[in-house]
Amino acid sequence: MNFAVLQFPASNCDQDAVHVLHHVLGHSARLLWHKEASLGNADAVVIPGGFSYGDYLRTGAVARFSPIMQAVQEFAMNGGPVLGICNGFQILCEAGLLPGALIRNRSLQFRCEHIFLKTVTTDSPFTNQIPADKLLRVPIAHGEGCYFANEATLAKLKANNQILWHYVNAQGETTEQANPNGSLENIAGICNHRRNVAGLMPHPERASEPLSGSSDGRLVFQSLIAWLERNAQAKAA
Amino acid sequence: MTDPVVTPELVQKHGLTMEEFARIKAILGREPNYTELGIFSVMWSEHCSYKNTRPLLKGFPTKSPKILVGAGEENAGIIDIGDGLAIAFKIESHNHPSAVEPFQGAATGVGGIIRDIFTMGARPIASLNSLRFGELSNPDVRRLFGGVVAGIGHYGNCFGIPTVAGEVYFDKSYEGNPLVNAFCLGVLRHDQIIRGAAKGIGNPVFYVGPATGRDGLAGAAFASQDLTEESADQQRGAVQVGDPFMEKLVCEACLELLATDAVAGIQDMGAAGLTCSTCETAARGGTGIEIELSKVPPRAPNMTPYEILLSESQERMLIIVKKGREAEVQRIFDKWDLPWAQIGMVTDTGRMVVKHYGKIVADIPANKLANEAPVYHRDASEPKYLKSVRAFALAEVPDTKDPVANLETLLAWPTIASKNWVYRQYDHMVRNGTVVCPGSDAAVLRIKHDSLPPTIADSAHPQPAIRNLHVEKFVALTVDCNASYVYLDPYEGGKIAVAEAARNLACSGATPLGTTDNLNFGNPHNPEIFYQLRESVRGLAEACRAFNAPITGGNVSLYNQSPEGAIDPTPTVAMVGLIEKPEHVTTQWFKDEGDAILLLGDVVDRQDSLLGLGGSAYLKAIHGKKTGTPPRCDLEKETELHGALRSLIYSGEVKSAHDCSEGGLAVALAESCISRLIARDTPHLLGAQVDLSEVKELRLDALLFGETQSRIVISTAPINTTKVVERAKLLGIQAMRLGTVGGDSLHLKTAAGDFSWPVAELHDLWWNAIAGAMK
Repeated sequence: MNFAVLQFPASNCDQDAVHVLHHVLGHSARLLWHKEASLGNADAVVIPGGFSYGDYLRTGAVARFSPIMQAVQEFAMNGGPVLGICNGFQILCEAGLLPGALIRNRSLQFRCEHIFLKTVTTDSPFTNQIPADKLLRVPIAHGEGCYFANEATLAKLKANNQILWHYVNAQGETTEQANPNGSLENIAGICNHRRNVAGLMPHPERASEPLSGSSDGRLVFQSLIAWLERNAQAKAA
Repeated sequence: MTDPVVTPELVQKHGLTMEEFARIKAILGREPNYTELGIFSVMWSEHCSYKNTRPLLKGFPTKSPKILVGAGEENAGIIDIGDGLAIAFKIESHNHPSAVEPFQGAATGVGGIIRDIFTMGARPIASLNSLRFGELSNPDVRRLFGGVVAGIGHYGNCFGIPTVAGEVYFDKSYEGNPLVNAFCLGVLRHDQIIRGAAKGIGNPVFYVGPATGRDGLAGAAFASQDLTEESADQQRGAVQVGDPFMEKLVCEACLELLATDAVAGIQDMGAAGLTCSTCETAARGGTGIEIELSKVPPRAPNMTPYEILLSESQERMLIIVKKGREAEVQRIFDKWDLPWAQIGMVTDTGRMVVKHYGKIVADIPANKLANEAPVYHRDASEPKYLKSVRAFALAEVPDTKDPVANLETLLAWPTIASKNWVYRQYDHMVRNGTVVCPGSDAAVLRIKHDSLPPTIADSAHPQPAIRNLHVEKFVALTVDCNASYVYLDPYEGGKIAVAEAARNLACSGATPLGTTDNLNFGNPHNPEIFYQLRESVRGLAEACRAFNAPITGGNVSLYNQSPEGAIDPTPTVAMVGLIEKPEHVTTQWFKDEGDAILLLGDVVDRQDSLLGLGGSAYLKAIHGKKTGTPPRCDLEKETELHGALRSLIYSGEVKSAHDCSEGGLAVALAESCISRLIARDTPHLLGAQVDLSEVKELRLDALLFGETQSRIVISTAPINTTKVVERAKLLGIQAMRLGTVGGDSLHLKTAAGDFSWPVAELHDLWWNAIAGAMK
């Protein structure tokens, strides 16, 4: 498969995403500079973490105006899968591709630590390979990862099964203590109504090899690859 | 606006003596003008010239076959790690700026050291820091501590460099003068090393990066004075403001440009800004340099030549470009939307000539300015307090009656307590190379294909090619200094700072490659302070030799004193080691129930009349005493110990290794039980049943909390116990079985009785202490 990994000024997890997609999982992954207007032959888009444009206005607020994001809008509209990680999630919310917003952590501090994720539904291109009862141990690293949405939006997210991951404790329980940033109902990641655009604050790309202490995050990328391959087969048939 | 007339008062205000002023006149053959006076004052400050410490620094070992760029040659030293790869690393202080404005002071400290690394052509991949503050009970200390940590986090996190290790000590001596030492490590190929020299007569000189403002005016000179309340107020404007976003862009653009081979020399504008970068590049190149200040992008209107030259605005670089290749600079910096300007050229005059709208405002022999600062051989005399330190005897404190409470106190004592409140604010995993996160004896990093800067082949393609690295490398990093020891015995304390760093590397499975030091001391004009400096440098040098870990560069920060007095002498030591294979990576925490616990090294140094309690955390935290001769470090024994440990690790027998440092054996055992973290709020706790009852005729406090050197607690599968003990003995090291991993408590059996602590309680005390103090 061909992955496009977007590169904004001060993206800083761009190489990490390429590392996992290409070196660990053996797919083509290329960096796409934010001034590009086309996604080329990409089968899927990854918007990596970082501090795009310094995040000076609001996290992700400037990135959404870049030429490449216009191409991403179109790609998503046509059903192409888009995964936003950390700053990528923030950009997708700012761009209106995902509902809700990410605000300052409740602690008002940056937090970097491993957390447990419980996958709420396997019905998405990003979760279909994750065993139902498997907790994912992956790191977070953000200062503004507190997911917020108004009541109506939250109700819609639930009704449409759009919440993909919750922060949980080691027993898999959605507790206050297990919530690292104050996110509404421990929400760590969501997808859009059409299910082809997803964002999450944790970094699955940092937990994709035994050397980094956990390979759980690989399941997110493997889900996406399985979904793409199934689609490609369906098209061919 | 006309420049002030140069008067003796003005000379003094610039921190120059009349003798130095006479020397300046001799070099110029005339009186300096105001701008030139400013230039000399910053270049001849301690920060830039090492005028008080140069003779001492000559005692450091600086050579080894692996050193590709040595100490003092360039912005950072470079060491060969094999297979055509190399690492560049250095530590630098930002103490005074952090005292005045903790957030920006610390942030720009991180930014400055990152620039030093990519200036060498290396990609910065890891950051460390060493911090010292007063006691957390003081609200002002909490403000400084919180601000410094947030500032380091802000800069490193946004830049995208993992902050993987560090140390934090709390002691009253740092109350008015915190220490902020930042370390950075980068990776490059041998053929990517670039020099900060202005080579090639006629080559154009480029300025790249954000515009020059009035911030950080003469920061180098500010760093070379005592800190007073008045100076703090006046100098707030001397603290620079950092922009990590800009730094990330400048770094990527510079690395991309360096790959084109269009660059003849490059230098960051750090301390003393444009002044230092121009005269140093010319001095290194054996050339001259001429610049026109009106071409420098200004951030404020009507800046004078003096201000433009001395500004320490951040994230700026000076690049000497090969003639005819100017368009490549333009193309790359435009791509990254970064300002650039061609401001001058390399000349053959040997002079640094500065013009402002065509008028010469400074004309100085570059080499003399950069390299002929006066050198002072300061007087040293043994500090008077050392008499009473040496007179301290254990009879002055009764043996402990309550070791249970003592251990709890020590684990919750901020200097020993978990530093998770600090490192969870740092992104310590970005770049996907962190193998051992903060919280073990040393951090371990994996060097992989994307740790390297781009190559010429990459620059030819609009899409950087994806490369594979045939051989991945693993490096361990640590920074250490027990300054109480240095205060109580500067020579022995200096040795121990290095020994502890080497020991931490050995515990993680690494062999030392090299060292970078940060000498933080008080005012060197005080002979007692100069004695501390001289003796600790002697100790540092001797130990670096013993561990074959030469000094590759470093930083000197003097005048660390407030009206209450000088800081404890703090020669911070950062050491980098190589781990041969990933399976050798070792962490400090116990792994499995049933494993055997062993102590490598002697239980106690009976030659030491204080039995390892002199200068100990126990004396300080429990008895409120910072006194007594600190433990001795026998370097021969220590190197044998490290060699033996590595040998045991290589043979696959060591499941955990943790050195005994502050708090002694009891704290080392407790930390081995409680320091493994699986995830948020999910520690992996393991108890330990330890039997020390064989150790007789020893004070209980010395047995549990004494800090005898050269001791490491390891664990091994029970089946290997005998083998490990025998192999250690063959390698000349004492090895004693202490007990077994398992249960819910740490249980210590001693000749004086049995003591027990639930590990969950110890964990919570240790884990939450700093967060609790910061609430």
